[in-house]
Amino acid sequence: MSKTVSTREFRKVDVDQYNEDNFQEDTDGNETQLQGPNETEVNNLIGSKNNVQALKAVVQNPVVGSRNTDTKLKAFRLVMRVLSVFKSSEIEAAVATLSASEVDLLMKYVYRGFSEQTTTTDNICPILLSWHEKLFAVGGLGSIVRVLTNRQTV
Amino acid sequence: MTDISQISTFPITCHSWNADKSLVALSLNDNDVRIYKRDGTGKWNCLHTLEGHSNRVTGIDWGVKNNKIVTCGADRNAYVWQLQDNKWKPTLVLLRLNRAATCVRWSPNEAKFAVGSAARIISICYYEEENNWWLCKHIKKPIRSTVLSVDWHPNNVILAAGTSDYKARVFSAYVKEIEAKPEASTWGKKLVFGNLLAEFPAGTGNGGWVHSVSFSPNGNKLAWVGHCSSIAAADSASDNQVAILDCNLLPMVTCLWVTENSIVGAGFDCQPLLFSHGGGQLSLVAGLDSKVSSKEKTVTAMSMFKDMDKKGAGEVSTSVATKHQSAINEIRSVSKGSKGVNKISTSGTDGQMIVWNLDSLEKSIEGLRIS
Repeated sequence: MSKTVSTREFRKVDVDQYNEDNFQEDTDGNETQLQGPNETEVNNLIGSKNNVQALKAVVQNPVVGSRNTDTKLKAFRLVMRVLSVFKSSEIEAAVATLSASEVDLLMKYVYRGFSEQTTTTDNICPILLSWHEKLFAVGGLGSIVRVLTNRQTV
Repeated sequence: MTDISQISTFPITCHSWNADKSLVALSLNDNDVRIYKRDGTGKWNCLHTLEGHSNRVTGIDWGVKNNKIVTCGADRNAYVWQLQDNKWKPTLVLLRLNRAATCVRWSPNEAKFAVGSAARIISICYYEEENNWWLCKHIKKPIRSTVLSVDWHPNNVILAAGTSDYKARVFSAYVKEIEAKPEASTWGKKLVFGNLLAEFPAGTGNGGWVHSVSFSPNGNKLAWVGHCSSIAAADSASDNQVAILDCNLLPMVTCLWVTENSIVGAGFDCQPLLFSHGGGQLSLVAGLDSKVSSKEKTVTAMSMFKDMDKKGAGEVSTSVATKHQSAINEIRSVSKGSKGVNKISTSGTDGQMIVWNLDSLEKSIEGLRIS
């Protein structure tokens, strides 16, 4: 058959976005309040070798579910920095000081750390795997399932 | 203590007992409903096969008062089956759905039933005497995704639904054509058909799909389990106060109140788990599978090679430590005692149906106390 339409752009249209029955996410009105951990405070604590305190500080004010990718990226980089200053032997004691929701939050960051490959950061996968092991010992399979099911990402 | 029956090698999608618990209707992940009877030797034999659905059967409920079975399927239909001359005759119910039906439950007085569907609609069906026909009314707003489970309140008017839009909701399903005006309930005063009385999130944060909802025996509390590995309960007598427990386990897909303060949940961990609700808090009490509760679960690689070296034992066991070899997908109450439900049955994707005797399990498992 002869080609009556020469353009193919219509094939790139995402028809699903025009479907009225689509599930619309609940828009959260609190976005301006999610600011993320206090960067200067955390940097000071890392500098003064107060690793456990730095960990506690970095899980405060979590930026979960916000659409502000810059805030989330800044928070993510900060968390990765804190996680990488720990020696493997110190991780277990640090995890013991966290609450259940903080364990869940760190697990989310660990998985984000696994998924992001940047050439600028050093290879932090070994330290992330140690953190994963210790967080899993406390949080169990449920904490991993919550990383997968929660639509609000870090 | 626990009564294990390997019904089939196929998964049991759903099951329901008759009034005297001698027969069980179940579906083996296909288009038919089979009624099984236990013979003298304890073996289950298929007594009747109910053929009618043209696609997978997704829900079965046996009315203990009217002895009618209602089934719903992925073919967007529901059938009401009646026993006539030792044969089960189906009556089609027009649900007016354009997607599969997912779950069905008779109301407490069994004059109507609710069908949840993937069309984001709950169909409430009632019998009209004049035309000898089942009619249905729809509850649509504000459901935004598939209805995964429904459960009736003991007052026969209020209905809870768990949906995959991460919410558990409580609706009024008062059908004025067949019922007298209901009294006000702790869940709400305005009981117009389709009225949303309460809406709860699946878990902390966004949560996951709500797989199952269950009302407590007197109807004041509602429990639901979410795919985010959490179980939650709301108490309408305390201003709809919600207690959420994020579990360390794999998600549960079914739950049932056994007393006013205890919930049994089961799912991908392949064993039923007992939770206790008290003082606005939920806590895990114990698992009901005594084999797992007493035995050390983890086998390290080191100990496996040690065994191989010392004892020449080279095989790896492929069976799971729990009684159910695969996920449990439905819990049903079998019998009630003085405290509450004392026997429950679970069916799973391993084709087994296990009846758990809660009274004897309470005595044998350390730390298992049903409040």
